[in-house]
Amino acid sequence: MDKTHESRFMKYLRKDRLPHIFCAGCGNGIVINTFFNGMELAEIDLSDIVMVSGIGCSSRIPGYVKCDSLHTTHGRPISFATGIKIAKSDLNVVVFTGDGDAAAIGGNHLIHGARRNIDLTVICINNSIYGMTGGQISPTSPKGSYGSTAPYGAMEKPFDLSELVSAAGATYVARWTTAHPLQLSMSIKDALNNKGFSFIEVISQCPTYFGRKNQMRSSIEMMKWMKSVSIVKKKADKMDEKKLEGKIIVGEFVNKEEPELSDEIYKLIKEEWDEKPSSELKSAYMED
Amino acid sequence: MVLKIATANRAVAEAAKLSNVNVIPVYPITPATSIAEYLAKFVADGEMDAEYVRVESEHSAMSVAIGASSTGARVFTATSSQGLALMHEVLFIAAGMRAPIVMANANRALSAPLSIWNDQQDSISERDSGWIQIYAENAQEALDFVIQSYRITEHPEVLLPAMVCLDGFILTHTVEPVDVPEKEVVSDFVSTYKPANAILDPENPMSIGTFTDPNYYMEARHDMYNAMINSKNIIRNVNKEFGEIFGREYDFVENYRCDDAEIIIVAMGSVCGTVKDVIDEIRREGEKVGLLKLRVFRPFPTDEINAVVKNADKIAVLDKNVSFDIGGALYNEIKAKLDVDAYGFIIGLGGRDVTPEHIRKIVKETKKPEKDVQWIGLREEEI
Repeated sequence: MDKTHESRFMKYLRKDRLPHIFCAGCGNGIVINTFFNGMELAEIDLSDIVMVSGIGCSSRIPGYVKCDSLHTTHGRPISFATGIKIAKSDLNVVVFTGDGDAAAIGGNHLIHGARRNIDLTVICINNSIYGMTGGQISPTSPKGSYGSTAPYGAMEKPFDLSELVSAAGATYVARWTTAHPLQLSMSIKDALNNKGFSFIEVISQCPTYFGRKNQMRSSIEMMKWMKSVSIVKKKADKMDEKKLEGKIIVGEFVNKEEPELSDEIYKLIKEEWDEKPSSELKSAYMED
Repeated sequence: MVLKIATANRAVAEAAKLSNVNVIPVYPITPATSIAEYLAKFVADGEMDAEYVRVESEHSAMSVAIGASSTGARVFTATSSQGLALMHEVLFIAAGMRAPIVMANANRALSAPLSIWNDQQDSISERDSGWIQIYAENAQEALDFVIQSYRITEHPEVLLPAMVCLDGFILTHTVEPVDVPEKEVVSDFVSTYKPANAILDPENPMSIGTFTDPNYYMEARHDMYNAMINSKNIIRNVNKEFGEIFGREYDFVENYRCDDAEIIIVAMGSVCGTVKDVIDEIRREGEKVGLLKLRVFRPFPTDEINAVVKNADKIAVLDKNVSFDIGGALYNEIKAKLDVDAYGFIIGLGGRDVTPEHIRKIVKETKKPEKDVQWIGLREEEI
């Protein structure tokens, strides 16, 4: 047995970049672990993955992973990722984003990515608050929750991101919390295998800001709460709206097959020109 | 006089409160975020009678600001770096619609590579947007310039928006004693905004910013050009009146030991504090060096700069920004507008510390210049 008790996923990380910047108790660690687990279950090699992220705590994840990545601007990773996918369609393009990045400033790109059904796997870590800038209200902050820009509670109705992306046309959508690591891993596997726009919403804990401002100081307390209010989609579908108030609906929202954008483009190129652009170089990140 | 210990972010939030702002659309971004947080608290606590809008991006923040301003509301917002860059499109619209918006910009480097630390590339890159730009050396100036800006921007002969620039972290996150003036005195000073021209009024319907054919577009831009020139007189008058009421008089430029100086350093923002200290040291060693602190970058105070630097042998211009291949913006403007022997120095990009040794090096290099533009403070092994 490995006496160092080193995580089996450590081989995927850039050790020289550790320790990471995430706060103690942050949900990002669980998401990183479940991602690698899902990736292994999907039998995808890290060297075939390129990661793209925007701005925020979640967007710092690709910087720690030993694969090619782009760290871009606030809200726009899906656009950058679209460029990568169109140019090199054999790569698995994974976007790490958060509620501020994907739902606020980048909401438009999120729905257009879903509409196009371009083969990206978007993992949105939704902690209901802007963590990186210190706890301001985000478009997914529950009504009445506190943030530094809402000292008397959020007044606006939050987005239901999974419903939004489903309606916009994504072909794989699932939502879990960080208290559901196995289910999350399985959904990440399915999302990576889905040929089309895949959206994974992970309801995550931010004990530093959301927790502290909303009377849930510890990460464990928050995860217990998330687990206790979670209801699986199949069960929730049979319940009325009133009973679902304050609940987190988890599970698979969409899983369907539809034509994928980069495929359609390459098909057209093949039909018209009878050739497919080759892509030899897969990664600039070679052996250690 | 009420002295508070405050960061520049706190100071500008206090200034917005004192200036009776009506609408605050704002989006968080480091290092400007705490401005938004202070204002949220002021509004929530009833200290400010204003509408606070939690927008979804900086582009929306400036758009809401323009919408509100076009109804005659007094507007304040704050941003930084990428946020300002995202506003780029709407900054031009604010100026073109002649909306007297006041915004604080916490100066921060632009990506890529991503940096949250200070330089002035963000606001300098918006130089031609039609906004007045004022640079603060410390928290007190940041507060005073926001208050002054409402008087300047809302003047019927100006009606251009104004950006008060404060160096990220260096000013936004460090505390200093700040004189926060009395509410009544500031209220009297800023008065209320009385829209003179472009204003949405159901009694007199008007379309603002409409599609304009080549017969009129150029005139609209020419009007803005003249407004920027006019703003010099207004700024001068506001400075004078502000000095009489609040006891702190400002000019377009600050002359620090320049009168007999052989070498004059020209700089903007917080670095001026360091430069002043170094000048004192060098003066004690017998060398005649001075600092011209540029407070107002737009409109560009050519005459005021010339009056101070004309007798100097050489000028060293410090830029926390770079225009690739030709050096910093301030250096290039001084070279273009003044007949002086000037040299450009690129300093402090992306939060690189500007140390007293760097300033000494700049003075030394200016005496025997080898290049027009030099980068100061690069890591030795990279050169």
